[in-house]
Amino acid sequence: MINESAVFWSRVLTETTLTFHIIYATIGVGIPLMIMIAQWVGYKNNDEHYILLARRWTRGFVITVAVGVVTGTAIGLQLSLLWPNFMQLAGQVIALPLFMETFAFFFEAIFLGIYLYTWDRFDSQKKHMLLLIPVAIGASMSAVFITIVNSFMNAPQGFDVVNGELVNIQPLIAMFNPAMPTKVAHVLVSAYMTSAFILASIAAFRLLQGSNHIYHKKALFLLMKLGIVFSFATALIGDFSGKYLAEYQPEKLAAAEWHFETTGEAPLVLLGIMDDGEVRYEITVPYGLSILAHSNPFAEVIGLDEFPPDEIPPLYIHYLFNIMVFIGMFLFLVPLVYVIGKRRSWSFINKKWFRWVIVSGGPLSIIAIEAGWWLAEVGRQPWILRGLMRTEQGATTSDQVDLMLLLFCILYIVLGIGSIVVLRRMFRANTIEREIAERKLEKR
Amino acid sequence: MNLEVLGVTVLWTFLFGYVIVASIDFGAGFFNAYTLLTNRSHILSDIIKRYLSPVWEVTNVFLVFFFVGIVGFFPLTAFYYGTILLVPVSISIILLAVRGSYYAFESYGAAGHKGYALAYGLSGLLIPASLSVVLTISEGGFVDIVDGRPVLDFWALYTSPLSWSIVLLSIAAVLYISAVFLTWYAWKANDPQASDLMRKYSLIWALPLIITAIGIIVEMRDHNAVHFNSIVSLWPLFLLSGLLFLVTVWFLWKKRNYGLAVILLIFQFAFAFFAYGISHYPYLLYPHLTIHQGFTNTEMAIALVIAFILGLCLLLPSLYLLFRLFLFNKKYVTGERNDHV
Repeated sequence: MINESAVFWSRVLTETTLTFHIIYATIGVGIPLMIMIAQWVGYKNNDEHYILLARRWTRGFVITVAVGVVTGTAIGLQLSLLWPNFMQLAGQVIALPLFMETFAFFFEAIFLGIYLYTWDRFDSQKKHMLLLIPVAIGASMSAVFITIVNSFMNAPQGFDVVNGELVNIQPLIAMFNPAMPTKVAHVLVSAYMTSAFILASIAAFRLLQGSNHIYHKKALFLLMKLGIVFSFATALIGDFSGKYLAEYQPEKLAAAEWHFETTGEAPLVLLGIMDDGEVRYEITVPYGLSILAHSNPFAEVIGLDEFPPDEIPPLYIHYLFNIMVFIGMFLFLVPLVYVIGKRRSWSFINKKWFRWVIVSGGPLSIIAIEAGWWLAEVGRQPWILRGLMRTEQGATTSDQVDLMLLLFCILYIVLGIGSIVVLRRMFRANTIEREIAERKLEKR
Repeated sequence: MNLEVLGVTVLWTFLFGYVIVASIDFGAGFFNAYTLLTNRSHILSDIIKRYLSPVWEVTNVFLVFFFVGIVGFFPLTAFYYGTILLVPVSISIILLAVRGSYYAFESYGAAGHKGYALAYGLSGLLIPASLSVVLTISEGGFVDIVDGRPVLDFWALYTSPLSWSIVLLSIAAVLYISAVFLTWYAWKANDPQASDLMRKYSLIWALPLIITAIGIIVEMRDHNAVHFNSIVSLWPLFLLSGLLFLVTVWFLWKKRNYGLAVILLIFQFAFAFFAYGISHYPYLLYPHLTIHQGFTNTEMAIALVIAFILGLCLLLPSLYLLFRLFLFNKKYVTGERNDHV
């Protein structure tokens, strides 16, 4: 017996929690690396500005970490509360990476605490900088382990089912499933990319506000260079992910690309609107999908016609795919233009409109992250474990899920507003000009 | 020792770690808010801040460790407890979220914000109350199996004197543990005023603690005779715990050996906590689920134990470093160093 409304509300609540959590989680994975790079550049060049950059980023970072930690705890517990049957199975096969994630998290928490409270305590900045290595590693490793759990849901393996019972369980085989390499890599680099663009947004916004300080210019230049590297890597690994899907999860790729019939020389559908089962206003790139899926313009790509109708993901994920890809392209070009422009002294890169383009990068990259996760997760429907357990089989049977959804929505609104208010207040009162002046005062 | 017992012992130890560090944390938040209301915050808040700031995030991980570990070692708990605990645990999560983030908001963002401090102090007191519901449920009598699925009887749970005694015990324990620890910490920070205030709170909360603890054992006789008998059979451990409690209170009364008092306090709770845990054996949820039924497959158990040992190799030195730099660093504790970001 399945309680249908509980299934629906469980999905909505999980989606709400994750949508809110990944904003803070992505920042939490990427920003430690940015702080480390800034501190390292500052230490290498003996440039106080970069050290200060690291320090100010860290201060804001603590607020986002707090929200990330508490919403992460929420999703961790909600997995068992909303999907008890799934977790019972996951506990038997995939508990290892979940468990390892807590160690990575522990490790990060300890060293972040130490890093925060030892500014100026050590005789050299180098010792202090070394503390950031475990923070950055811990942050990235927890993303690695939790993404492994998610990739298992897309490509379950490492066990046999005999008469409905799981036997012959191999935890490591379950961890190193075929979805894991592309997923983990894509999550990591896109988190670094997003963090770079969010910090660049802040720097560009400060410059727009009239603070013409060299500090913001240095920050922007550094972040734009990092932006090129990470958005290129994100796009490259995104392409590998497409090839993975073609091989192992063709129905997700077919639904995302509106590829209805299995054909060779498959065209790629860009944009377009689905209207009564007909695609309108699309731009098709000949051979595009075959190239995307198999690096061969003539290769055959499996279409939706090969799957029973009740195993096809919702077709709206095509829009999510478009959003993600277009933002990704845009955010590769913007920093490229900026860095080349800087080298060749093009004047427009310092114009107001171009700064606004850079400011848009932060929010856009968050939108791309959200769209990408929705695409990945909705594209896995109707399965919670692809090919093995349908979503409704994993859900709780409790009747109070809708009420809990309401409570959690209120919580996320409170946390979202609270964190923005606190962050604004933190930096409004203590501008960079003021902080530099104060620190000079200390040195005198 | 077989793997089931090893697994449950590891988890129980981490839960004990959480109970101690979280009690200090929750109680500190409450005392901070209380002294703010009674205009005595100048005495305490610096001491509390200095202790909590570097460790608040670590405290949270102990809990995460426990609930991730239990699903790993005992996947059936996800089915039983996951299904019945939706409402009580969701409330705990919300309180934990408000508390954790408002702590950060107050101490890094808007220092001295009264509303944030109050939200964080009060939620801290409600969290142990809401989490302790899990302990009550594990005693049995509140869960029926309908169509092969567990269903929680809310009415029975909220009208049971046992639930409310456990709630009271958890609150009293939180305030007592926290007060004793902060008495020592303030004394170590050369702050006799704060130390005296905390000593007063410790002595105030010692009485309700012992009354509720004894009361629960009495109530258990009617509620769950099997469990009561195994508690009685472990009487030497509970007696030892009681004696340690008396010595701790004696030291506090006489205003001496605060450091030793903290150590005795930890042992007092360790004896009671582990004796309670042993008396619960072999049930995870009386009478539906035992640790033998719920245990994961051997391959996963071995993998988890290996991961656990490797994890500890990383964790213990890091925790040692944390303690050396803050808790046992004279200059930091006395506030001589203030290296905040």
